[in-house]
Amino acid sequence: MHLILFLIFAGFCLGGAINLLIQSHPINSALSLIVVMVSLAVLYLLLGAEFLAAAQVIVYAGAIMVLFTFVVMLLNAGREARTFGSRAALTLGFPAVVAILAVVATVILHAQGLGVARLSDGITSTEELSTVLFTKLLLPFEVTSVLILIAILGAVALARHDGTNPQSNEERTGK
Amino acid sequence: MSSFLSQEVPLSWYLLLSAALFSLGVVGFLIKRNLITVFMSIELMLNGVNLSFVTFAQQWHAVKGQIFVFFVMMVAAAEAAVGLAIIIAVFRARATLAVDRIDLMKL
Repeated sequence: MHLILFLIFAGFCLGGAINLLIQSHPINSALSLIVVMVSLAVLYLLLGAEFLAAAQVIVYAGAIMVLFTFVVMLLNAGREARTFGSRAALTLGFPAVVAILAVVATVILHAQGLGVARLSDGITSTEELSTVLFTKLLLPFEVTSVLILIAILGAVALARHDGTNPQSNEERTGK
Repeated sequence: MSSFLSQEVPLSWYLLLSAALFSLGVVGFLIKRNLITVFMSIELMLNGVNLSFVTFAQQWHAVKGQIFVFFVMMVAAAEAAVGLAIIIAVFRARATLAVDRIDLMKL
């Protein structure tokens, strides 16, 4: 069962990622990325991470990808021109990517002591996760909330119309 | 049924999948010519790395690996909000999303 589910959703994952590269319209790429993220959520569940599976669906497949599709539609992004990157990307980039993938794959395949995943392994409960998160790692958690607050303010300041010149905007609203 | 349930997957397969996702993200970053799709490739790379974190958390039965993924997700959400706001600002200034034409830091 685990093997079958892994093969199905790993296939969805790789297929979605390759489709992201092939499609020339951004909205199709965004939809394939949603497929990748939802299949990754299933893989997290197979690895026993129930909270992360839920967070993956809600945060990634939900919030972030809705933001992406929203921007694609707002900017009315059309098809991209079919070029295959710069000369530097062709001559240096792809051999480097292939080399890195080969090295990493060799290391992984020769690694000793890697275990196996079974369905009977049990799941890491949310309680277990939150106990560590809210006792040992409370300060990083709170710092994250400050980070998100700053990100919200930054996004509003950047995306506001006439955001490059806030003073004239204030004058206009002041009158 | 029990033999069916006891089928197991080596964790190295999960790691290989995560390496493949990361590499596909790098390739997308290199070949895509649309600013939004380039940004999506970065998200793909982040997801590939997250998968390897969860795999190692399973390997060592450690909760902290999963908590790290949680933090990566929060940072990715903040990054997506700011990045897309920057893309909107760039589009407003340049009226294009092609990365070949956006080659100046100044708007």
